[in-house]
This record gives sequence, C-alpha cells and structure tokens, in this order.
Amino acid sequence: MNPQERLKIPRHEVPAQDPDIRRNNYEEVAIGFDENTAIEEAQRCLQCKNPLCMQGCPVSINIPKFIAEIAKGAMDEAIRTIRNTNSLPAVCGRVCPQESQCEKTCVLAKKGKSVAIGALERFIADYDRKNQISKEEVTVSSTGKKIGIIGAGPAGLTAAGYLAKLGHQVTIFEAFHEAGGVLIYGIPEFRLPKDIVRSEIKALENLGVEYSFNTLVGRTITIEELLADHFSALFVAPGAGLPVFMHLPGENLCGVYSANEFLTRVNLMKAFEFPKVDTPVFCGKRIAVIGGGNTAMDAARTALRMNPEEVYIIYRRTEKEMPARLEEIHHAKEEGIKFLELTNPISYAGNDNGWVQEMECIRMELGEPDASGRRRPVAVPGSNFTLPVDTVIVAIGAKTNDLIMRTTQGLETSKWGYLVVDPETQMTTRPGIFAGGDIASAEATVISAMGQGRRAGKAMHDYVLNR
Amino acid sequence: MPKILEKYELAPKTHYLKVEAPLVARHAEAGQFVIVRVNETGERVPFTIADIDKEAGTITLVVQEVGKTSIEVGALNQGDMIHDLLGPLGTASEVEKFGTVILMGGGFGNAAIHLLGKALKKAGNKIITIIGARTKELLIMEEELAKVSDELVIMTDDGSYGRQGLVTQPLKEFLESGQAINRVVAVGPIPMMRAVGETTRPFGVKTIVSLNPIMVDGTGMCGGCRVTVAGETHFACTDGPEFDAHQVDFNELVKRTRMYKPQEQHALDECRLNKKINELSNETANAGGK
Repeated sequence: MNPQERLKIPRHEVPAQDPDIRRNNYEEVAIGFDENTAIEEAQRCLQCKNPLCMQGCPVSINIPKFIAEIAKGAMDEAIRTIRNTNSLPAVCGRVCPQESQCEKTCVLAKKGKSVAIGALERFIADYDRKNQISKEEVTVSSTGKKIGIIGAGPAGLTAAGYLAKLGHQVTIFEAFHEAGGVLIYGIPEFRLPKDIVRSEIKALENLGVEYSFNTLVGRTITIEELLADHFSALFVAPGAGLPVFMHLPGENLCGVYSANEFLTRVNLMKAFEFPKVDTPVFCGKRIAVIGGGNTAMDAARTALRMNPEEVYIIYRRTEKEMPARLEEIHHAKEEGIKFLELTNPISYAGNDNGWVQEMECIRMELGEPDASGRRRPVAVPGSNFTLPVDTVIVAIGAKTNDLIMRTTQGLETSKWGYLVVDPETQMTTRPGIFAGGDIASAEATVISAMGQGRRAGKAMHDYVLNR
Repeated sequence: MPKILEKYELAPKTHYLKVEAPLVARHAEAGQFVIVRVNETGERVPFTIADIDKEAGTITLVVQEVGKTSIEVGALNQGDMIHDLLGPLGTASEVEKFGTVILMGGGFGNAAIHLLGKALKKAGNKIITIIGARTKELLIMEEELAKVSDELVIMTDDGSYGRQGLVTQPLKEFLESGQAINRVVAVGPIPMMRAVGETTRPFGVKTIVSLNPIMVDGTGMCGGCRVTVAGETHFACTDGPEFDAHQVDFNELVKRTRMYKPQEQHALDECRLNKKINELSNETANAGGK
C-alpha cells in the first residue's frame, strides 16, 4: 500500500455502548476494535522515518513498529513490541490522554485525523489477554537484591514489573487490602474493567512479585526499617495523598464528598451493590460535581449510573480548558451530564439534619493567562445564583500526604510538597530511595506515573547492581 | 491475616480480642486506631487500640456491638483470622508529665483510657479515673483501671454499682474542689465526650476527646472523616483522632456520624434476622436429633 492509498482510509472511531443503555449499567462504555477494523486502522499509519508519535509517549513505545505488525496481522509480534516498554497496555489503551500525547504528535493529526493509536494499543492488549499469547517470565537468574515498592498503583506496578523481570526480588507494600491504586479505587469499571487490572496484577505475581497488603509505610513499617531489613533500594509511590477541598461554608454537610471518597466507596468497596456489600454510598437526585478533570468526569458518570434526575459538572473555566480526556467529556455529555462552565461554588446550605440542600454559585469570566498558561477565571460580581443539590462531589485534585517525609530522614520536598527527584533517575535526595507518581509530580495521569515507574526501575536496577 | 489469640466477653455485647499483629504492635502507641474489614464484602471500620504488647507482638481490641461490622467482629472466635487489619493509624496521644490527669471512660472507652493511663502513669502523672456504665454488668476494665489510677470513681445510671449518676458529676466536683487538674481526657460515646467538654470549659482545663467519625481508608485519602475543630476542617484519621474538646464542632460531628443511619439500620436488621434464623434452625436441628 502506498501513502496515497493509506491516506484515503478514514479514521475508525471506537464503537461505544448506546448512551441511553450504558447510563444504566456499569459495563465498559468503549467497545474496542475487532481484528479487521484494527488492521484497517493500522494501515493508515504512514510509518514515518522520524516517528513523532513516539516522542509524545511517556514510556516510548515503539508505536510505528507495533502498528506495522498489526497491519500485517502479526499480532504476537505486536504485543511483544508493546510489552517491551509498557507492562500495562490494556490499561494505557483505555486511560491515556492520547489526544495530548502520541495522537497529538502523529503526522496525520496535522493533515486531518491521527491514527487511533490508543484504540490499537487497547486492541492488541485485549487480543493478548483473550488468546493468552505473552507469558511474562523471568528469564534471567536472580540478582539476590531485595527491592521494595511503596504503593501498588500504576507507578509502583510498572517499576515492580520492570525490576522483577531483571531478576530482582520485589515486594510491594500497599495500604489498601487490594492492589491497583487509582486503577482500582478511582477509575470506574465502565472505563477500565477491574478484571483487566487484576489480570495485570496477577501477571506480576507470576513474575515473583510479592504483595504486602494492609501495610501503610510510615505507620505499619518505616522506610528506615525497610532499609535496615536489607532492601537495597526503595521506590516511593504512595499516590494521591489528601483530597483538596475549597474551604467553603457548608462543605462538611452530609452529602458532600471528595471524589476520592465517592469513587472509593463505589469502585473499591463496591457500594453500588449495597446491601450485598456492607459499604454504603449516598447518591441523591441532584448531583453537582466540582472540577473538570478525569476524576470529575468519572465521579459524574458514576453518579449518573445511580439513577439521579440531574448530574452537573461545575467548572470555573470553559470546556476547552478542562484537563479531562476529550473522550471522557464527550461520553459524559452523551450520557446526559449537564456542563455548567464558567461557574464556581461559593457556599453550601443544608437542612436541620445537616444534609446539603442547595449551593450558591457565581459566574466566572476568563481573564489574563496564569502560570499554567490557561486564562485565569475571574468572578463576575453580582452573578450569584442558587442551585438545588442533594449530593456534591468535590473533584479539584489532591495534595501530598507527608507521612513518609516525616518518618524518613533526608527526603527533601518542593514548596508544593512534592518529593524532590532527579528527573533522569527519579532518585530522591536520599541515595537508594526513588519516588514517582503523585508524590513526586503534579502530572497526575496514569501514564506519567507509569513513565516515572519505568524510569525509576531502570535507575534502580543500575543503582543496586553498581553498589 | 492477623489471628485472634484470645477472645472473651467483657460484658454483654462487649468483646475483648487479642490479635496477633507484630508490626502494628511494634509501632502502636496509646490513642491510635486500626481499620478492620471482616470479610470480602465487609466495610472498613475503625477501632481504637485498647492495649499493646510489643514483646508478644499483639494488640487488643475492645469491640462493642453497635452495628453489623462490630457484631461480626464480636462473633469471631479464638483462632479465627481477621480478614484485613491496617494500622496503627492516627496521631498518638500526647504523653508527658502534666501533673494530675483525669481520665474519663465510657463503654469501650474504658479500655482506651486504660492504655493511655499506663503511659501517663509511667510519665509521672497522678491519675484520677472516672468511668461509667448504664448498669453494673456493663462496666468493664474496673480492675485494670484501678491498678493505674491513684483514684477511681465509678458511676452507674441506675445506681447498681458505685455512685448513681453521670460521670460529669464527680468530674465537676474534682474541678470545684480546688485541687489542680492539669488535663482531662475522655474516650467514649459522643454525648459523654461532649458533656465532659462542657463541664471543663468554664474551668479552662485542657480537655482531649477521641473522635470516631465515619472513615473509609483511614490514611487521609478520602476525607470522609472531616471534623471542624476551632473553625477549621481536619481529617480525624491523620490529624486526630484526638482533638481539643472545647474546639470541636460536636453538632456537625453528630450529624455526620448519622449520615448512613438508614443504611446501617437496614444492614443491622438483616444481620440480626439472619442470626435469629440461624439460632432457630440450629434449635430445630437439635430438636430433630433427639
């Protein structure tokens, strides 16, 4: 096929469940390509000599290579190519913000529509799982080095997989009773089926990775004790820490949740099955979700599946500035979530029993660009209005929990509270201790955490062998 | 999984469980708590650590049956495993030489103040302990508390043991007696802790209460345990569970702990019904065998 022929093939969009049906179920929304569609889509790739897509990938997957392999139907080779640099492809294919990474830099994006790289990655990972092609195994002999990973989220799992394959003895310490971090407690089933996450976690177990659950490092055991217990290196990736609230009047009324709490109750604790499970969640009839990121979209769409009358996304900027993936915004709108842009909450009011009943909001307009480059939202005086709500979910981000910093010597933090790390190696200011994910940066995406996990894995391998 | 090494009933519906948890025991201090999940479908529920044996590697929980999870924990036996146990969580109690400390206990709180009492005694404090119960048979930890206390006052609602009345009565008498009281610590039901705070407020004696709001993870990650203290929001799991009683917004706390009352009642009714059905079917089976 010559480039002209390739350019003639239109981009294949990922099929999805009908919005009216899916808003009543928890099954995956995006359905994924079948084999023929995947091959046809793969044929759109121009196989650039200087593939810009790869520059957009935080874990540097050899994108043109795996796509060429799909195009010629060599699925076994394609999965090997991806797994070479990405240990969680089924996850990334679903949750990466491709439009601002690989698909943004794809040459075809300039000429129209990029290759659906994310959908192809998902296709090949699902194909692999269905047909059980790749069996990850340790082929090298044991190095005899013990490495500890703190936190079983995307950063920790990635580093663990990388290091286990190199023959290190890896233990992951996890505070929750289950592995996966945000992939389990945060991202909902309809966006990332938990079976997929669990099979990736199982794959790590097959590599010899050990899990120590119900272990909060800093409380149950300290970093200093782990180092004394012959761990040659540690990777600190405990995750999002503390949810941020806006400190508004009435924010502690019943019915006001952080997105972390709401999503953890539903996803990790399966509260949507109450009373079959013991953990309840309250989701009323009129729900306001504050924020414009992926977490806000996840919370809003989860709430929508609990049969309310209205779900609002309340965001102080406009849709254009929302940090959420385009697909999530698109899906949320399709499902009937109402977007109140340029709107900010001011206060919440409740009834005598302490339950939220309404919120006061104010309209915003965009002013001069701020430090993030986005135009700063400014309140419009006198534009206040009241919105009746019985559930509020605050999804405006998280700040770091300093438990590990307080219980470990020699770890420096930035003025925003993140652990200071060497960007090349992810090593903290204390030799032998590496860090990644939400405790080390504000990037807050699964793929950036994985990128850091992989970078740390490489550097930790060198570190423990050269010591 | 942590194993239950010893289990008995301290009082009706109040259970003593000694649990093998060496890492928790090694790091635990008075005032901290653990999160327990009883089974695969269980809720994550916080329990105050009632005793610690660092050498044996055990912690003790005193569990009062109030809801489904506490009934299920109470139904576990010696040799059983606790599905999930995370800890120690929260900030430990302040322990230093304050002078004279009054410890106030109610229900399971008697066990918690016993642990704190041991630490405070060791730090050189004079310990006055006031404990109360509805009736004599519900009073727990009397002997143990007598050992760490310079003075022990017992109150029962019905006068079946000790003096009749509320724990705040003798507290007020001590405060009015003119002797120096340097600190009061109360652990128990919310109304009791609140009343203790109101009693000490006019005397300006620093008063600490241990709050037990609804939690999920217990590590700071969900923010469900928000409490307002001195007008500011705190997370009880990380900033607490102990706070200044004079600064706590108890109204808000009470409302937030009732957030899932209908659901809790439903779960509790179902749990009791199942228990009853089991009992009846056992009786029927036994009768059939005769």
